[in-house]
Amino acid sequence: MMFARRALLLGATAALTGCDRLARNDQFRRALFSAENFHKWAQRSLMARDALAQEFRPDQISPIFRANGTANPNTPAYKAIWRTGFADWRLRVDGMVARPLSLSLSQMHALPHREQITRHDCVEGWSAIGKWRGVPLRILLDAAGLRRDARYIVFHCADDMGGGRPYYESIDLVDAFHPQTILAFALNDRPLSVANGAPLRLRVERQLGYKQAKYVMRIEAVDSLDAIGRGKGGFWEDVAGYDWYAGI
Amino acid sequence: MDSLPDIAGPIVKRHRLSTRLWHWLNALLLYILFASGLGIFNAHPRLYWGQYGANFDRAWLELERFGSWWTLPASYNLALSRHWHLAAAPIFAFALLAYMLWSLANRHVFRDLAFRRGELAPRHVWQDIRDHARLRFPTGAAALRYNVLQKASYIGVIFVALPLVILTGLTMSPGMNAAWPWLVDLFGGRQSARSLHFIAAFALAAFFLVHILMVLLAGPLNEIRAMITGRYRVPQDKSGERP
Repeated sequence: MMFARRALLLGATAALTGCDRLARNDQFRRALFSAENFHKWAQRSLMARDALAQEFRPDQISPIFRANGTANPNTPAYKAIWRTGFADWRLRVDGMVARPLSLSLSQMHALPHREQITRHDCVEGWSAIGKWRGVPLRILLDAAGLRRDARYIVFHCADDMGGGRPYYESIDLVDAFHPQTILAFALNDRPLSVANGAPLRLRVERQLGYKQAKYVMRIEAVDSLDAIGRGKGGFWEDVAGYDWYAGI
Repeated sequence: MDSLPDIAGPIVKRHRLSTRLWHWLNALLLYILFASGLGIFNAHPRLYWGQYGANFDRAWLELERFGSWWTLPASYNLALSRHWHLAAAPIFAFALLAYMLWSLANRHVFRDLAFRRGELAPRHVWQDIRDHARLRFPTGAAALRYNVLQKASYIGVIFVALPLVILTGLTMSPGMNAAWPWLVDLFGGRQSARSLHFIAAFALAAFFLVHILMVLLAGPLNEIRAMITGRYRVPQDKSGERP
Protein backbone atom coordinates (compact mmCIF):
# COMPACT_ATOMS: atom_id res chain seq x y z
CA MET A 1 0.00 0.00 0.00
CA MET A 2 2.79 2.41 0.99
CA PHE A 3 4.74 1.35 -2.04
CA ALA A 4 1.77 1.81 -4.31
CA ARG A 5 1.09 5.27 -2.97
CA ARG A 6 4.71 6.25 -3.44
CA ALA A 7 4.65 4.82 -6.96
CA LEU A 8 1.54 6.81 -7.76
CA LEU A 9 3.12 10.02 -6.47
CA LEU A 10 6.31 9.29 -8.34
CA GLY A 11 4.31 8.58 -11.47
CA ALA A 12 2.51 11.89 -11.23
CA THR A 13 5.80 13.77 -10.78
CA ALA A 14 7.37 11.91 -13.68
CA ALA A 15 4.34 12.65 -15.87
CA LEU A 16 4.47 16.31 -14.96
CA THR A 17 8.16 16.85 -15.58
CA GLY A 18 7.94 14.59 -18.62
CA CYS A 19 5.15 16.69 -20.11
CA ASP A 20 7.01 19.91 -19.37
CA ARG A 21 10.15 18.58 -21.02
CA LEU A 22 8.14 17.39 -24.04
CA ALA A 23 6.61 20.85 -24.41
CA ARG A 24 10.10 22.32 -24.81
CA ASN A 25 10.79 20.10 -27.83
CA ASP A 26 10.24 22.14 -30.99
CA GLN A 27 8.60 19.40 -33.03
CA PHE A 28 6.27 18.39 -30.22
CA ARG A 29 5.44 22.04 -29.61
CA ARG A 30 4.47 22.49 -33.23
CA ALA A 31 2.22 19.42 -33.06
CA LEU A 32 0.65 20.67 -29.85
CA PHE A 33 0.07 24.15 -31.27
CA SER A 34 -1.39 22.77 -34.50
CA ALA A 35 -4.56 21.74 -32.64
CA GLU A 36 -5.64 25.33 -33.36
CA ASN A 37 -5.94 24.44 -37.04
CA PHE A 38 -8.18 21.48 -36.27
CA HIS A 39 -10.46 23.60 -34.08
CA LYS A 40 -10.68 26.36 -36.68
CA TRP A 41 -11.47 23.87 -39.41
CA ALA A 42 -14.03 22.01 -37.26
CA GLN A 43 -15.80 25.15 -36.08
CA ARG A 44 -15.89 26.74 -39.51
CA SER A 45 -17.30 23.47 -40.90
CA LEU A 46 -19.98 23.26 -38.21
CA MET A 47 -21.22 26.83 -38.38
CA ALA A 48 -22.77 28.82 -41.17
CA ARG A 49 -20.40 31.52 -42.41
CA ASP A 50 -22.64 34.22 -40.95
CA ALA A 51 -23.86 32.29 -37.89
CA LEU A 52 -24.43 34.90 -35.20
CA ALA A 53 -22.97 34.95 -31.73
CA GLN A 54 -25.74 34.91 -29.13
CA GLU A 55 -27.40 38.23 -28.42
CA PHE A 56 -28.99 39.02 -25.08
CA ARG A 57 -31.82 41.07 -23.60
CA PRO A 58 -31.07 44.44 -21.94
CA ASP A 59 -31.84 42.95 -18.50
CA GLN A 60 -29.04 40.40 -18.99
CA ILE A 61 -26.30 43.05 -19.25
CA SER A 62 -23.51 42.78 -16.64
CA PRO A 63 -23.85 45.50 -13.97
CA ILE A 64 -20.19 46.39 -14.48
CA PHE A 65 -18.39 45.59 -17.71
CA ARG A 66 -14.93 44.53 -16.61
CA ALA A 67 -12.11 46.30 -18.47
CA ASN A 68 -8.98 44.24 -18.96
CA GLY A 69 -5.52 44.67 -20.44
CA THR A 70 -4.49 48.29 -20.91
CA ALA A 71 -6.61 50.60 -18.73
CA ASN A 72 -5.17 53.74 -20.26
CA PRO A 73 -2.56 53.89 -23.05
CA ASN A 74 -1.08 57.03 -21.42
CA THR A 75 1.29 57.76 -24.30
CA PRO A 76 1.90 61.41 -25.26
CA ALA A 77 0.17 60.83 -28.60
CA TYR A 78 -2.89 59.24 -26.97
CA LYS A 79 -3.08 61.93 -24.29
CA ALA A 80 -3.05 64.58 -27.03
CA ILE A 81 -6.09 63.13 -28.81
CA TRP A 82 -7.85 62.36 -25.52
CA ARG A 83 -7.53 66.01 -24.36
CA THR A 84 -9.59 67.24 -27.30
CA GLY A 85 -12.27 64.62 -26.79
CA PHE A 86 -10.88 62.70 -29.78
CA ALA A 87 -11.74 65.57 -32.14
CA ASP A 88 -8.28 65.20 -33.74
CA TRP A 89 -8.41 61.41 -33.86
CA ARG A 90 -8.63 59.87 -37.32
CA LEU A 91 -9.19 56.25 -38.20
CA ARG A 92 -7.00 55.28 -41.13
CA VAL A 93 -8.07 52.44 -43.41
CA ASP A 94 -5.22 51.49 -45.74
CA GLY A 95 -3.02 48.70 -47.03
CA MET A 96 -4.46 46.61 -49.84
CA VAL A 97 -7.41 48.86 -50.60
CA ALA A 98 -8.27 50.90 -53.70
CA ARG A 99 -9.16 54.08 -51.77
CA PRO A 100 -7.47 54.62 -48.37
CA LEU A 101 -9.78 56.33 -45.88
CA SER A 102 -9.26 58.72 -43.01
CA LEU A 103 -12.35 59.07 -40.84
CA SER A 104 -13.13 61.32 -37.89
CA LEU A 105 -15.28 60.20 -34.98
CA SER A 106 -18.20 62.30 -36.20
CA GLN A 107 -17.89 60.74 -39.64
CA MET A 108 -18.01 57.33 -37.98
CA HIS A 109 -21.15 58.39 -36.11
CA ALA A 110 -22.76 59.35 -39.40
CA LEU A 111 -22.24 55.90 -40.95
CA PRO A 112 -24.82 53.09 -40.61
CA HIS A 113 -24.69 51.48 -37.14
CA ARG A 114 -25.31 48.13 -35.64
CA GLU A 115 -26.31 47.59 -32.02
CA GLN A 116 -25.73 44.26 -30.31
CA ILE A 117 -25.87 42.94 -26.77
CA THR A 118 -23.23 40.25 -26.68
CA ARG A 119 -21.11 38.31 -24.26
CA HIS A 120 -17.41 39.07 -24.03
CA ASP A 121 -15.44 35.94 -23.09
CA CYS A 122 -11.95 36.50 -21.77
CA VAL A 123 -9.32 33.84 -22.40
CA GLU A 124 -8.93 33.79 -18.61
CA GLY A 125 -12.43 32.38 -18.21
CA TRP A 126 -14.68 35.24 -17.13
CA SER A 127 -17.55 36.71 -19.17
CA ALA A 128 -19.27 40.09 -19.27
CA ILE A 129 -22.34 41.07 -21.27
CA GLY A 130 -22.51 44.52 -22.79
CA LYS A 131 -24.36 46.49 -25.42
CA TRP A 132 -22.18 47.72 -28.24
CA ARG A 133 -22.91 50.28 -30.93
CA GLY A 134 -20.65 50.78 -33.91
CA VAL A 135 -20.01 50.68 -37.61
CA PRO A 136 -19.87 47.28 -39.30
CA LEU A 137 -16.34 46.67 -40.58
CA ARG A 138 -17.85 45.51 -43.87
CA ILE A 139 -19.05 49.06 -44.57
CA LEU A 140 -15.56 50.48 -44.17
CA LEU A 141 -13.96 47.74 -46.27
CA ASP A 142 -16.52 48.22 -49.04
CA ALA A 143 -16.04 51.99 -48.97
CA ALA A 144 -12.27 51.59 -49.15
CA GLY A 145 -12.49 49.00 -51.92
CA LEU A 146 -10.73 45.97 -50.47
CA ARG A 147 -8.47 44.43 -53.07
CA ARG A 148 -9.18 40.87 -54.13
CA ASP A 149 -5.79 39.59 -53.00
CA ALA A 150 -6.18 40.86 -49.42
CA ARG A 151 -6.53 38.02 -46.91
CA TYR A 152 -6.34 39.55 -43.44
CA ILE A 153 -7.43 42.73 -41.72
CA VAL A 154 -4.98 44.08 -39.13
CA PHE A 155 -5.95 46.47 -36.33
CA HIS A 156 -3.18 48.75 -35.08
CA CYS A 157 -3.80 50.20 -31.63
CA ALA A 158 -2.64 53.19 -29.58
CA ASP A 159 -1.57 51.26 -26.51
CA ASP A 160 2.15 50.65 -26.29
CA MET A 161 2.72 47.30 -24.61
CA GLY A 162 6.32 48.15 -23.65
CA GLY A 163 9.47 48.59 -25.70
CA GLY A 164 7.64 50.54 -28.38
CA ARG A 165 5.52 47.54 -29.35
CA PRO A 166 1.93 48.63 -29.81
CA TYR A 167 -0.98 46.23 -29.40
CA TYR A 168 -2.33 44.82 -32.60
CA GLU A 169 -4.68 42.07 -33.71
CA SER A 170 -5.82 40.53 -36.97
CA ILE A 171 -8.76 38.55 -38.37
CA ASP A 172 -9.42 36.85 -41.67
CA LEU A 173 -12.08 37.87 -44.16
CA VAL A 174 -14.70 35.39 -42.85
CA ASP A 175 -14.79 37.33 -39.60
CA ALA A 176 -14.09 40.71 -41.20
CA PHE A 177 -17.31 40.52 -43.24
CA HIS A 178 -19.39 38.91 -40.48
CA PRO A 179 -22.48 41.02 -39.69
CA GLN A 180 -21.60 41.31 -35.98
CA THR A 181 -18.02 42.46 -36.61
CA ILE A 182 -18.20 46.15 -35.79
CA LEU A 183 -15.98 49.02 -34.74
CA ALA A 184 -17.71 50.08 -31.58
CA PHE A 185 -17.72 53.63 -30.24
CA ALA A 186 -20.36 53.12 -27.53
CA LEU A 187 -20.81 50.64 -24.68
CA ASN A 188 -24.10 50.43 -22.80
CA ASP A 189 -25.40 53.62 -24.53
CA ARG A 190 -22.43 55.74 -23.44
CA PRO A 191 -19.37 56.77 -25.42
CA LEU A 192 -16.63 54.19 -24.96
CA SER A 193 -14.61 54.88 -21.80
CA VAL A 194 -10.82 55.00 -21.91
CA ALA A 195 -10.63 51.73 -19.94
CA ASN A 196 -12.80 50.02 -22.52
CA GLY A 197 -10.89 51.31 -25.55
CA ALA A 198 -11.94 54.90 -26.41
CA PRO A 199 -12.52 56.11 -28.96
CA LEU A 200 -12.97 52.89 -30.96
CA ARG A 201 -12.62 49.16 -30.39
CA LEU A 202 -13.14 46.09 -32.48
CA ARG A 203 -15.91 43.59 -31.70
CA VAL A 204 -15.45 40.21 -33.33
CA GLU A 205 -18.07 38.29 -31.43
CA ARG A 206 -17.22 34.69 -32.26
CA GLN A 207 -13.77 34.97 -30.71
CA LEU A 208 -12.19 35.55 -27.29
CA GLY A 209 -11.47 38.85 -25.59
CA TYR A 210 -7.88 39.38 -26.72
CA LYS A 211 -9.16 39.68 -30.31
CA GLN A 212 -11.32 42.69 -29.35
CA ALA A 213 -8.60 45.28 -30.02
CA LYS A 214 -9.04 48.57 -28.13
CA TYR A 215 -7.84 52.08 -29.06
CA VAL A 216 -7.94 51.25 -32.78
CA MET A 217 -5.99 53.82 -34.82
CA ARG A 218 -5.46 52.11 -38.12
CA ILE A 219 -7.01 49.27 -40.09
CA GLU A 220 -4.68 47.69 -42.59
CA ALA A 221 -5.55 45.12 -45.25
CA VAL A 222 -2.73 42.65 -45.95
CA ASP A 223 -2.17 39.37 -47.77
CA SER A 224 0.18 37.95 -45.14
CA LEU A 225 0.78 38.44 -41.42
CA ASP A 226 4.48 37.62 -41.63
CA ALA A 227 5.76 41.21 -41.77
CA ILE A 228 3.62 42.48 -38.88
CA GLY A 229 4.95 42.38 -35.33
CA ARG A 230 6.66 39.04 -34.94
CA GLY A 231 4.42 37.50 -37.54
CA LYS A 232 1.90 35.56 -35.46
CA GLY A 233 -0.97 37.96 -36.15
CA GLY A 234 -1.40 39.62 -32.77
CA PHE A 235 0.39 40.98 -29.74
CA TRP A 236 -0.43 38.08 -27.40
CA GLU A 237 0.07 35.58 -30.19
CA ASP A 238 3.61 36.96 -30.65
CA VAL A 239 4.50 37.38 -27.01
CA ALA A 240 2.74 34.58 -25.15
CA GLY A 241 1.88 31.99 -27.79
CA TYR A 242 -1.90 32.46 -27.73
CA ASP A 243 -3.86 30.91 -30.59
CA TRP A 244 -4.42 33.23 -33.52
CA TYR A 245 -7.84 31.63 -34.04
CA ALA A 246 -9.55 32.53 -30.80
CA GLY A 247 -12.90 30.84 -31.43
CA ILE A 248 -11.83 28.22 -28.87
CA MET B 1 -1.97 -9.16 -1.50
CA ASP B 2 -1.30 -10.84 -4.78
CA SER B 3 1.18 -13.20 -3.38
CA LEU B 4 -1.16 -15.31 -1.28
CA PRO B 5 -0.78 -18.67 -2.98
CA ASP B 6 -3.78 -20.29 -1.36
CA ILE B 7 -6.25 -18.05 -3.18
CA ALA B 8 -4.76 -18.32 -6.66
CA GLY B 9 -7.40 -19.37 -9.16
CA PRO B 10 -7.57 -20.00 -12.90
CA ILE B 11 -6.54 -17.32 -15.37
CA VAL B 12 -9.26 -16.08 -17.70
CA LYS B 13 -9.57 -13.55 -20.50
CA ARG B 14 -11.29 -10.56 -18.99
CA HIS B 15 -11.00 -7.18 -20.79
CA ARG B 16 -11.44 -6.76 -24.51
CA LEU B 17 -8.75 -5.03 -26.56
CA SER B 18 -11.06 -2.03 -27.18
CA THR B 19 -11.57 -1.61 -23.44
CA ARG B 20 -7.87 -1.90 -22.69
CA LEU B 21 -6.79 0.53 -25.42
CA TRP B 22 -9.42 3.08 -24.45
CA HIS B 23 -8.65 2.71 -20.76
CA TRP B 24 -4.98 3.61 -21.08
CA LEU B 25 -5.47 6.30 -23.70
CA ASN B 26 -8.11 7.78 -21.45
CA ALA B 27 -5.87 7.60 -18.39
CA LEU B 28 -3.21 9.62 -20.20
CA LEU B 29 -5.63 12.13 -21.74
CA LEU B 30 -7.59 12.66 -18.54
CA TYR B 31 -4.38 13.35 -16.70
CA ILE B 32 -3.34 15.93 -19.33
CA LEU B 33 -6.80 17.48 -19.42
CA PHE B 34 -7.16 17.70 -15.64
CA ALA B 35 -3.72 19.16 -15.00
CA SER B 36 -3.85 21.63 -17.90
CA GLY B 37 -7.46 22.47 -16.97
CA LEU B 38 -6.33 23.50 -13.50
CA GLY B 39 -3.65 25.65 -15.18
CA ILE B 40 -6.40 27.37 -17.17
CA PHE B 41 -8.61 27.68 -14.10
CA ASN B 42 -5.75 29.47 -12.32
CA ALA B 43 -6.14 32.41 -14.73
CA HIS B 44 -9.46 33.19 -13.04
CA PRO B 45 -10.05 30.93 -10.02
CA ARG B 46 -13.68 31.99 -9.50
CA LEU B 47 -16.87 30.24 -10.59
CA TYR B 48 -20.30 31.70 -11.29
CA TRP B 49 -23.80 30.64 -12.25
CA GLY B 50 -25.55 32.16 -15.23
CA GLN B 51 -24.63 33.78 -18.52
CA TYR B 52 -21.92 36.15 -17.29
CA GLY B 53 -19.52 36.43 -14.36
CA ALA B 54 -16.42 38.50 -13.73
CA ASN B 55 -14.68 40.10 -10.78
CA PHE B 56 -17.54 42.38 -9.79
CA ASP B 57 -20.13 39.61 -9.93
CA ARG B 58 -20.98 37.16 -7.17
CA ALA B 59 -18.96 33.96 -7.36
CA TRP B 60 -20.23 30.73 -5.75
CA LEU B 61 -16.70 29.45 -5.43
CA GLU B 62 -13.47 31.34 -5.09
CA LEU B 63 -10.21 29.45 -4.71
CA GLU B 64 -6.53 30.18 -4.45
CA ARG B 65 -4.50 29.23 -7.47
CA PHE B 66 -3.65 25.52 -7.65
CA GLY B 67 0.05 24.98 -6.97
CA SER B 68 2.64 23.83 -9.47
CA TRP B 69 2.17 20.26 -8.19
CA TRP B 70 -1.24 20.19 -9.78
CA THR B 71 -0.92 22.06 -13.04
CA LEU B 72 0.41 21.48 -16.52
CA PRO B 73 2.75 23.17 -17.17
CA ALA B 74 4.02 23.37 -13.61
CA SER B 75 4.63 27.13 -13.77
CA TYR B 76 1.72 29.37 -14.68
CA ASN B 77 1.41 29.66 -18.45
CA LEU B 78 -2.15 30.10 -19.67
CA ALA B 79 -1.25 29.82 -23.35
CA LEU B 80 0.61 26.53 -22.89
CA SER B 81 -2.08 25.09 -20.59
CA ARG B 82 -4.61 25.89 -23.31
CA HIS B 83 -2.48 24.26 -26.00
CA TRP B 84 -2.26 21.05 -23.96
CA HIS B 85 -5.95 21.15 -23.13
CA LEU B 86 -7.21 21.92 -26.62
CA ALA B 87 -4.90 19.39 -28.27
CA ALA B 88 -5.95 16.57 -25.93
CA ALA B 89 -9.67 17.42 -25.84
CA PRO B 90 -10.67 16.41 -29.40
CA ILE B 91 -8.74 13.12 -29.18
CA PHE B 92 -10.41 12.43 -25.84
CA ALA B 93 -13.89 13.27 -27.17
CA PHE B 94 -13.62 11.21 -30.35
CA ALA B 95 -12.07 8.29 -28.44
CA LEU B 96 -15.05 8.29 -26.08
CA LEU B 97 -17.46 8.44 -28.98
CA ALA B 98 -15.69 5.55 -30.73
CA TYR B 99 -15.62 3.49 -27.53
CA MET B 100 -19.31 4.14 -26.86
CA LEU B 101 -20.32 3.09 -30.37
CA TRP B 102 -18.00 0.08 -30.31
CA SER B 103 -19.30 -1.01 -26.90
CA LEU B 104 -22.86 -0.79 -28.15
CA ALA B 105 -21.94 -2.73 -31.30
CA ASN B 106 -20.10 -5.54 -29.48
CA ARG B 107 -22.80 -5.58 -26.78
CA HIS B 108 -20.27 -4.83 -23.99
CA VAL B 109 -22.74 -2.30 -22.62
CA PHE B 110 -25.66 -4.73 -22.46
CA ARG B 111 -23.65 -7.75 -21.42
CA ASP B 112 -21.41 -6.26 -18.74
CA LEU B 113 -22.65 -2.81 -17.75
CA ALA B 114 -26.46 -2.92 -17.92
CA PHE B 115 -28.19 -3.62 -14.60
CA ARG B 116 -29.77 -7.06 -14.30
CA ARG B 117 -33.17 -7.83 -12.92
CA GLY B 118 -33.24 -7.35 -9.17
CA GLU B 119 -29.83 -5.67 -9.01
CA LEU B 120 -31.34 -2.28 -8.31
CA ALA B 121 -33.53 -3.56 -5.48
CA PRO B 122 -32.68 -1.51 -2.37
CA ARG B 123 -31.81 -4.67 -0.43
CA HIS B 124 -29.32 -5.79 -3.06
CA VAL B 125 -27.74 -2.33 -3.35
CA TRP B 126 -27.48 -2.09 0.43
CA GLN B 127 -25.82 -5.49 0.59
CA ASP B 128 -23.29 -4.36 -2.03
CA ILE B 129 -22.56 -1.19 -0.08
CA ARG B 130 -22.00 -3.26 3.07
CA ASP B 131 -19.70 -5.64 1.22
CA HIS B 132 -17.65 -2.72 -0.06
CA ALA B 133 -17.51 -1.11 3.37
CA ARG B 134 -16.24 -4.36 4.87
CA LEU B 135 -13.81 -4.74 1.95
CA ARG B 136 -15.31 -8.11 1.10
CA PHE B 137 -14.63 -8.64 -2.57
CA PRO B 138 -16.39 -11.27 -4.67
CA THR B 139 -14.54 -14.46 -5.49
CA GLY B 140 -14.94 -17.18 -8.07
CA ALA B 141 -17.48 -16.61 -10.83
CA ALA B 142 -18.92 -13.55 -9.06
CA ALA B 143 -15.57 -11.78 -9.44
CA LEU B 144 -15.94 -11.90 -13.21
CA ARG B 145 -19.12 -9.84 -13.16
CA TYR B 146 -19.30 -6.19 -12.22
CA ASN B 147 -21.24 -5.59 -9.03
CA VAL B 148 -24.00 -3.01 -8.87
CA LEU B 149 -21.88 -0.17 -7.47
CA GLN B 150 -19.23 -0.84 -10.08
CA LYS B 151 -21.81 -0.82 -12.86
CA ALA B 152 -23.35 2.38 -11.54
CA SER B 153 -19.98 4.15 -11.43
CA TYR B 154 -18.88 2.92 -14.86
CA ILE B 155 -22.21 3.91 -16.41
CA GLY B 156 -22.05 7.22 -14.56
CA VAL B 157 -18.56 7.93 -15.85
CA ILE B 158 -19.02 6.77 -19.46
CA PHE B 159 -22.53 8.06 -20.09
CA VAL B 160 -22.83 11.04 -17.71
CA ALA B 161 -19.60 12.57 -16.39
CA LEU B 162 -17.45 12.20 -19.53
CA PRO B 163 -20.13 13.50 -21.95
CA LEU B 164 -20.91 16.32 -19.50
CA VAL B 165 -17.29 17.40 -19.27
CA ILE B 166 -16.99 17.34 -23.08
CA LEU B 167 -20.22 19.23 -23.80
CA THR B 168 -19.62 21.88 -21.14
CA GLY B 169 -16.09 22.22 -22.50
CA LEU B 170 -17.46 22.88 -25.98
CA THR B 171 -19.81 25.46 -24.49
CA MET B 172 -16.88 27.55 -23.34
CA SER B 173 -15.82 28.15 -26.93
CA PRO B 174 -17.30 31.33 -28.42
CA GLY B 175 -17.07 29.77 -31.88
CA MET B 176 -19.09 26.72 -30.81
CA ASN B 177 -21.61 29.04 -29.14
CA ALA B 178 -22.32 30.55 -32.55
CA ALA B 179 -22.47 27.11 -34.15
CA TRP B 180 -24.62 25.43 -31.47
CA PRO B 181 -26.35 28.11 -29.38
CA TRP B 182 -28.76 25.48 -27.97
CA LEU B 183 -25.88 23.90 -26.08
CA VAL B 184 -25.24 27.08 -24.04
CA ASP B 185 -28.96 27.30 -23.31
CA LEU B 186 -29.00 23.66 -22.19
CA PHE B 187 -26.48 24.45 -19.44
CA GLY B 188 -28.03 27.80 -18.50
CA GLY B 189 -25.27 30.05 -19.80
CA ARG B 190 -21.54 30.00 -20.36
CA GLN B 191 -20.54 30.62 -16.75
CA SER B 192 -22.87 27.85 -15.56
CA ALA B 193 -21.27 25.57 -18.12
CA ARG B 194 -17.83 26.54 -16.82
CA SER B 195 -18.94 25.69 -13.27
CA LEU B 196 -20.38 22.35 -14.40
CA HIS B 197 -17.17 21.63 -16.32
CA PHE B 198 -15.21 22.14 -13.11
CA ILE B 199 -17.62 20.01 -11.05
CA ALA B 200 -17.57 17.20 -13.62
CA ALA B 201 -13.76 17.30 -13.72
CA PHE B 202 -13.60 16.89 -9.95
CA ALA B 203 -16.23 14.15 -10.02
CA LEU B 204 -13.93 12.32 -12.45
CA ALA B 205 -10.97 12.95 -10.16
CA ALA B 206 -12.98 11.49 -7.26
CA PHE B 207 -13.84 8.47 -9.40
CA PHE B 208 -10.13 8.10 -10.18
CA LEU B 209 -9.19 8.06 -6.48
CA VAL B 210 -11.84 5.47 -5.56
CA HIS B 211 -10.93 3.46 -8.65
CA ILE B 212 -7.24 3.39 -7.65
CA LEU B 213 -8.17 2.50 -4.08
CA MET B 214 -10.33 -0.39 -5.29
CA VAL B 215 -7.55 -1.65 -7.58
CA LEU B 216 -5.12 -1.56 -4.67
CA LEU B 217 -7.50 -3.40 -2.38
CA ALA B 218 -8.57 -5.98 -4.94
CA GLY B 219 -5.00 -6.95 -5.82
CA PRO B 220 -3.15 -4.36 -7.91
CA LEU B 221 -0.90 -6.65 -9.94
CA ASN B 222 -3.73 -8.91 -11.03
CA GLU B 223 -6.00 -5.98 -11.83
CA ILE B 224 -3.36 -4.01 -13.73
CA ARG B 225 -2.23 -7.09 -15.65
CA ALA B 226 -5.86 -7.70 -16.62
CA MET B 227 -6.11 -4.18 -18.00
CA ILE B 228 -2.83 -4.49 -19.92
CA THR B 229 -2.92 -8.05 -21.25
CA GLY B 230 -6.57 -8.84 -20.71
CA ARG B 231 -5.66 -11.90 -18.59
CA TYR B 232 -7.13 -12.02 -15.12
CA ARG B 233 -6.62 -14.51 -12.34
CA VAL B 234 -9.93 -15.32 -10.75
CA PRO B 235 -9.66 -14.76 -7.00
CA GLN B 236 -10.79 -17.78 -4.96
CA ASP B 237 -12.50 -18.07 -1.65
CA LYS B 238 -9.97 -18.30 1.19
CA SER B 239 -11.32 -21.76 1.98
CA GLY B 240 -9.57 -22.93 -1.16
CA GLU B 241 -12.79 -24.12 -2.75
CA ARG B 242 -12.67 -24.13 -6.56
CA PRO B 243 -15.61 -23.55 -8.81
